[in-house]
Amino acid sequence: MECVLGVVGRDFAVVAADTSAVQSILVHKTDEDKVLVLDSHKLMGASGEPGDRVQFTEFIQKNLHLYQFRNNIPLSTAATANFTRGELATALRKNPYSVNILLAGFDSDVGASMYYIDYIATFHKIEKGAFGYGSYFCLSLMDKLYRPDMSVEEAVDLVDKCIKEIRLRLVVAPQNFIIKIVDKDGAREYARRAYTSNSPSDAATVTA
Amino acid sequence: MSIFEYNGSAVVAMVGKNCFAIASDRRLGVQLQTVATDFQRVFKIHDRLYIGLSGLATDAQTLYQRLVFRHKLYQLREERDMKPQTFASLVSALLYEKRFGPYFCQPVIAGLGDNDEPFICTMDCLGAKELAKDFVVSGTASESLYGACESMYKPSMEPEELFETISQALLASVDRDCLSGWGGYVLLVTPTEVQERVLKGRMD
Repeated sequence: MECVLGVVGRDFAVVAADTSAVQSILVHKTDEDKVLVLDSHKLMGASGEPGDRVQFTEFIQKNLHLYQFRNNIPLSTAATANFTRGELATALRKNPYSVNILLAGFDSDVGASMYYIDYIATFHKIEKGAFGYGSYFCLSLMDKLYRPDMSVEEAVDLVDKCIKEIRLRLVVAPQNFIIKIVDKDGAREYARRAYTSNSPSDAATVTA
Repeated sequence: MSIFEYNGSAVVAMVGKNCFAIASDRRLGVQLQTVATDFQRVFKIHDRLYIGLSGLATDAQTLYQRLVFRHKLYQLREERDMKPQTFASLVSALLYEKRFGPYFCQPVIAGLGDNDEPFICTMDCLGAKELAKDFVVSGTASESLYGACESMYKPSMEPEELFETISQALLASVDRDCLSGWGGYVLLVTPTEVQERVLKGRMD
């Protein structure tokens, strides 16, 4: 089951997602990137129907780039989030997308922010959030351990604790995760977390 | 589970002496899971008119955006703010337009009309208006709210007493409803000022 989670720290935001691509009982791949870098300072972590996820997030990304080409100025995180919400809301009663989104970005005037956008276009600005079955384990961990002015190390440590809990307690849990960060220096991959078993014959490892 | 109970909500409005109060809870949930505890359900249309939207959060947000759009157009054409009664008719019409594919919201409208006369009304998701002289309620906690308001309400309350009454009624009702709560947000509007207050209740 797909998990996406995110926290906002002091002038940065972290979005993490699992990297499994699953269909019924088959794992197609274990390194699927579900956190799309929308532009220089925005991340969109998405979970849901695979076709919708890729199509919708890339649609938002291309529209974002189009705005920047036309107007010579990038769209702010809040505007991007509202645009995304609007697209989901318009499609909702015609041809709905089954995608849950955590949109995180950094703007020089407001700092780091993160938006929760449901598959039915429920829109809310949040400091910490998660989607999927993993959220049942992560949200309470975040409630307990999150503080508004966390450093990068502390935030990633919180994300690691969430990942550890998902791996341990979720049946058919995704083992591999990707963590991306966005701050004043831009949006980029921060780390990957892969489950390495103790058995030496395990070939499907990615260094963490 | 009903679509109206997907996010959880509680909204109430009460009439006082030349003033009104409108209040809501602050929980945003997805069925049993709580997503946020600072969700806004009461929106300003203009200085003397507010609307609280209970029900499905996404439709509440969409409906609010459409209503603000319509009111801004009205302001441009008429060069004045809409009266609460007119606005209620607008909301009713907008909802009935979607008769066979409705917005899953129950609005609560509260405003000060001519001569600072307070006006409140509620309607169902299809736009059936329900005018009241004392209080109106909506949301998942509406049955509890009816009981609490009926017992606590007195006519012609002064603003301070009205604030106290609506706060107690709201908190008592959401405490009996698992889908709403996590605090309250109360707006008290008199002809001269608007007071916003956040209540801390049982945070569960």
